Amino acid sequence: MTGRLESGRKVVEGSYAVAHAAAMCRPDVISAYPITPQTHIVEDLSQFVADGVIDSKYINVESEFSALSALVGSSAAGARTYSATTSQGLALMHEVLFNAAGMRLPIVMTIVNRSMSAPINIWNDHQDSVAQRDTGWIQLYIEDAQELVDATVQAYMIGEDPDVSLPVMVCMDGFILSHVFEPVDLLDQEAVDKFLPRFTPVRALDPNNPESFGMFVDPEYYMEFRYLVEQAMDASRPKIEDAARKFESAFGRYYGGLIDTYETDGAEIILVAMGSLVGTLRDVVDSLRNKGVSVGLLKIRAFRPFPADEIRKVVADAKVVVVLDKNISLGTGEGAVTTEIKACMHNTDIRVPVLGFVVGIGGRDIPVTTVQQIVEKAQDVARSGTVSAGASEFVDVKHDLISG
Amino acid sequence: MIPHAPIGEAGTTLANKTGSWRIFIPVYHAELCNGCGTCETFCPEGIVHKRVDGDTFTADYDYCKGCGICARECPRDAITMELEEK
Repeated sequence: MTGRLESGRKVVEGSYAVAHAAAMCRPDVISAYPITPQTHIVEDLSQFVADGVIDSKYINVESEFSALSALVGSSAAGARTYSATTSQGLALMHEVLFNAAGMRLPIVMTIVNRSMSAPINIWNDHQDSVAQRDTGWIQLYIEDAQELVDATVQAYMIGEDPDVSLPVMVCMDGFILSHVFEPVDLLDQEAVDKFLPRFTPVRALDPNNPESFGMFVDPEYYMEFRYLVEQAMDASRPKIEDAARKFESAFGRYYGGLIDTYETDGAEIILVAMGSLVGTLRDVVDSLRNKGVSVGLLKIRAFRPFPADEIRKVVADAKVVVVLDKNISLGTGEGAVTTEIKACMHNTDIRVPVLGFVVGIGGRDIPVTTVQQIVEKAQDVARSGTVSAGASEFVDVKHDLISG
Repeated sequence: MIPHAPIGEAGTTLANKTGSWRIFIPVYHAELCNGCGTCETFCPEGIVHKRVDGDTFTADYDYCKGCGICARECPRDAITMELEEK
């Protein structure tokens, strides 16, 4: 190694901040397919390797399927591994995502959230990673560049915990976070080394003790392995909170564990969102609170595992819950977060209406005024106490382009 | 007790004799074979090999699933697929 990476507060692009944070975690192997849709994350990491400032093995592969497959092999051999991808690239990894989780390999991957084709569109929504929610990966949705830096380190701590041993997606909004410059406290290598221990795999490939990883399992045992992944997801809940709190002790910053809340105590209206939209909503909550509107914000930081208990505690005494989804589960008429928020209240004593809104699809802007109009609708429901069962509202859809 | 992940004894692909899946068996006619090795190259299982006593090829029937690719690719039509009676 010939140099060292900068540290301290700098104004950097979100992608650079993530690349820097990943480098600080000393991954043994980085693998990526460097073509559209990619981001500056893996480009910056390849520059670090070329410049000799990190000594990771960097594997250029021929597709995203291969990028993740290379990490499956590397992680099984005991390496700390990293990749980043987005939209169609993540979709091409779909089969390997299940393998990484089923083989209990704590790969960390940044997902730069972008919409899915068709039509082709390179802007932000959450459809790409939400569509992968059943693959067995922990999913964290991140609010800003600083949280991305810090959550990248936390992701290794969570995933590599022997009680968890699962891969982790750190999801960031495309362009809104990946291509915007913000002031960021870049981490210091010594501090990260002190915080994040070296990876000790539960079991690793070893030529001196040959074993088969990812074996064929017949119906006699298959269900048990799937159940073990679910148990590991459950075990990760306190670990996600622990990692966030330990990070706070070491670095002084905290963004929530499974969830974060803002002005929710006694709030009649609870807004629910994931990702960078949470930042917009904090401002909306501030301005509405100044006008006397009883509104609070629930940020879902971990979508997998789904924080049902934590959500129930926050919404139990509210009059209405408003969910803003940057995804559509086509055929249900609503986003996946809305469905799961409703589901987590079912079979409980909580009787709070849930209003779903599909927003910001394909990078459509979500201005403060749009959110204010949504809150006005929520106020009507809070006053009347009634809500009609039905699909989510697709916000700002240009019906004049569709009909006629 | 099962381990935390599907990890187990190595080399078990040899124990699982997949030749039992076969319906059609490739019959290698040594008198037509010129030893070009196309069958060996194309076999997806890697179980076509040279006969120990010559330059012609045959398959390891313990693992040959009878896919028929070797017969399709043989430039000499020296391999025929025949219904296997079990």
